[in-house]
Amino acid sequence: MPQTNEFAFKIATANGTGSASANGLIMQAIFRMGIPVTGKNVFPSNIQGLPTWYEIRVDKRGYTARTPNFDLMVALNPATYQKDVQEVRGGGWLLYDSTWPLDPRLTRPDVTYLGIPLAEMCNAAFKGPRERILMKNIAYAGALAALLGIDTEIIKALLTEKYSRKPALMDSNQQAVNLGYDYARANFPCPLPIHLEAMDKTQDAILIDGNTASALGCLYAGATVGAWYPITPATSLMEAFKSFCMKYRRDPATKRNRFAILQAEDEIAAVGMVIGAAWAGARAFTSTAGPGISLMNEFIGLAYYGEVPAVIFDVQRAGPSTGMPTRTQQGDLMLCAYASHGDTRHICLYPADPREAFEFSAAAFDLAERFQTPVFVLSDLDIGMNDWMVPKLTWDDRYRPDRGKVLSAAELDELKSFSRYLDVDGDGIPYRTLPGVHAKGAYFTRGSGHNRYGAYTEDGDEYVDVLDRIDRKIQRAARAVPAPIVKTSPGAKLGLLTIGGCQAACSEALDQLEREGIGLDYMRVRGFPFGDEVRAFVESHEITFVVEQNRDAQLRSLLLLEAVVAPAKLESVRYYGGFPLSAHHVIAGVKARLEKAA
Amino acid sequence: MTYIAKPPVHHPALQKNALGLTRRDYEGAITTLCAGCGHDSITAAIVQAFWELSIAPHKVAKLSGIGCSSKTPAYFLREAHGFNGVHGRMPALVTGANAANGDIIYIGISGDGDSLSIGLGQLCHAIRRNVNVLYVLENNGVYGLTKGQFSASADPGSLSKKGEANTMDAIDGCLLALTLGATFVARSFSGDKGQLVPILKAGLAHKGFAFVDVISPCVTFNDHEGSTKSYAYTREKNVEVVQADFVLPAGAITTAYDPGTVRTVTLHDGSTVRLRKVTDDYDTTDRDRSYTYIREAQKEGEVVTGLLYLSPSSNDLHEQNQTVETPLAHLPYEELCPGSAELEKLQKGFR
Repeated sequence: MPQTNEFAFKIATANGTGSASANGLIMQAIFRMGIPVTGKNVFPSNIQGLPTWYEIRVDKRGYTARTPNFDLMVALNPATYQKDVQEVRGGGWLLYDSTWPLDPRLTRPDVTYLGIPLAEMCNAAFKGPRERILMKNIAYAGALAALLGIDTEIIKALLTEKYSRKPALMDSNQQAVNLGYDYARANFPCPLPIHLEAMDKTQDAILIDGNTASALGCLYAGATVGAWYPITPATSLMEAFKSFCMKYRRDPATKRNRFAILQAEDEIAAVGMVIGAAWAGARAFTSTAGPGISLMNEFIGLAYYGEVPAVIFDVQRAGPSTGMPTRTQQGDLMLCAYASHGDTRHICLYPADPREAFEFSAAAFDLAERFQTPVFVLSDLDIGMNDWMVPKLTWDDRYRPDRGKVLSAAELDELKSFSRYLDVDGDGIPYRTLPGVHAKGAYFTRGSGHNRYGAYTEDGDEYVDVLDRIDRKIQRAARAVPAPIVKTSPGAKLGLLTIGGCQAACSEALDQLEREGIGLDYMRVRGFPFGDEVRAFVESHEITFVVEQNRDAQLRSLLLLEAVVAPAKLESVRYYGGFPLSAHHVIAGVKARLEKAA
Repeated sequence: MTYIAKPPVHHPALQKNALGLTRRDYEGAITTLCAGCGHDSITAAIVQAFWELSIAPHKVAKLSGIGCSSKTPAYFLREAHGFNGVHGRMPALVTGANAANGDIIYIGISGDGDSLSIGLGQLCHAIRRNVNVLYVLENNGVYGLTKGQFSASADPGSLSKKGEANTMDAIDGCLLALTLGATFVARSFSGDKGQLVPILKAGLAHKGFAFVDVISPCVTFNDHEGSTKSYAYTREKNVEVVQADFVLPAGAITTAYDPGTVRTVTLHDGSTVRLRKVTDDYDTTDRDRSYTYIREAQKEGEVVTGLLYLSPSSNDLHEQNQTVETPLAHLPYEELCPGSAELEKLQKGFR
């Protein structure tokens, strides 16, 4: 049963009515009360008018996965009312706008209805249709403050910070909060049995979305060229990078930019610009989603075979084709691992949350330049666009970029001759040069067959020589990508292996299963190619459940192909309906298999 | 691309430029294009232009797409970095490279398939961004490497080697470039070195996207009766041309051939092409008049050549993006990372 600091509620509104600020205000206030909180924005591919939801989960234990069990529904969108009513758990509450009578067919005997005349109050208090609609949303935030016990002083402080330069807006917002708050206090027993009590669990944490965190990673890694084409859910990554650059990357004297952001005509051009910029020596990246990766394929193969660094962010969304652009998925695992025609294999990083998105983004540039190859950072819409509570980001000031084997003018001067694709050090990584540095460094980058000296070839042996070296190089990267996270359960014979954003739901599910006497060892892979420990993990367990968010069990396929394990040892647990994974998906999947075996 | 290395033997009497380099120092590998290919003449003109301007070869980057024309960067400036990318996408590569390091002199080599079909969109947007590059479109109206299909610049009614007639209108690269706001638009012929070299030099001197459409007949697949871009015709034309001058700084570009002359060439099938050179009163800074002039000439079946348009002002990619003087590729890391203290500070906004 839900209790203090352990419940979830959902707010149903229409897109474009300003509910996002009200929802953000509630979430931030709970966070500042020191209580672990997570918010999931369930939004339409639309600018105005279509239904949108915001789900807030409060959990004193710190679980942040999505839960589909809502104790309270704030049902403010008549278009979805019928559905929203059904989603409240039995014994829960429903807040609605009582300005209009409630259709009796929509009532449930097992739910407590809390009617507040939000529109009526706001129409009386505010002028103009726009302000009335906006303030109606702020008013429900006020009502929730009373019903759930949100600290009103914190709300006041947040409004003050937000509207410090617009006192008129601050006053109307505060007035709207008070309207909802006072009405709820006067008419309902406040707080409800589900309510908040201040804790001290968030002082070392921040609320941040993965796209913002990735943008910070790019900034701190010293990326200077970003090329992109707008696409949900990756757009906010480049936009965040731009705003950080405007703040931190302008020459104080000349006001000129130490960055270039190129909005390309399409994703093909975007990745081409990244490859061109990296070839010329800049740290360059693009941010996109699955459809963009599909378009970029030919260029990705060029960068792989021509050995040009590139960092590509794939904020995954539900495919195939346009799919569901505003829903999350892990549907591009195979696409990115082997992008482009011919034999390719790419370094991929799989952050689980915004903090890892920050760290892996920075690491991606080092890997791309060290291994002279495209590197993918695969997050997803849930990580990229939702606010997560994560430990504060930290940065080591001793960090210096690993630019890889790039020869300087002085080094080239010393050399008798330079050959671009010669494996001088025996590690599969050749030396490269940048244009404009030295006449001896000149070479031809080409996607056509070339030999170890960089010359065009149609000779089978010469071609194989280079292709095999590139394979060795990429396989070596398995030791350079972030190692898997492993958590063991004493005596466990079963394993659970997952990837990326499934982490939150899996760790909650593992705790629950453990309590029920089902102990599982845990591994979360964080990079590709997989290291030997991945194979060892699967081999050391009777069954390993592979948890992922796509229909075709792509992670399982990658494990079969790359870790070369027996198919019977890998049991797939999948959810791919577009919402973030919940613990119950994992628990149900594991139990179903165990029951079948029993 | 295929190539044969050229022996680096120099004749002692070869003329030297300001850097003490001879034309041979600006060459590349031996071409593997068909004997007599127009593209090789363009390569020779490029060698000449860079040599005359005394540009250090290693300060140049040469980029191309895919196709016969895109092979040619291997045949000039062996001391320059080269990038032979994917079909039709050289503009993106050169845009990124230029954004990273604007100190390099960029030359992009493309063909009519590369630029006007598969890469049309990329060409358009590179023009709009006014990327500082000399963009040479080696235009032969045909797909050579895949053995003779029409390209988007093939004239309507022209016949393929197999005798099939082209039914669609041609895309005129110069008109397209003018429409899109190109800051430098020129057209020349591969065989007309006297005209081409000064245009290339002017294009290199131009700060912005210098679009040069070079009609370059394909000796193997577009040199037959019925082709409006036949080799015999250009050779004929080349005789007529008078040496042109190019004087730095840019802007003072003069041509010394008979202005306003029109030459009509009769092809084997009896069709004619007339070539008009720009006249004395032609104003290269008036975009609309340039456009009209080319269109009017087109109606008469004439192909206008020369420097067709030069914008009085040119805001290139770096001006548009307000980038710093130092190339982004060479900015020290210390100027790029805000540091841990700032990270701590900015995260106050995430609470």
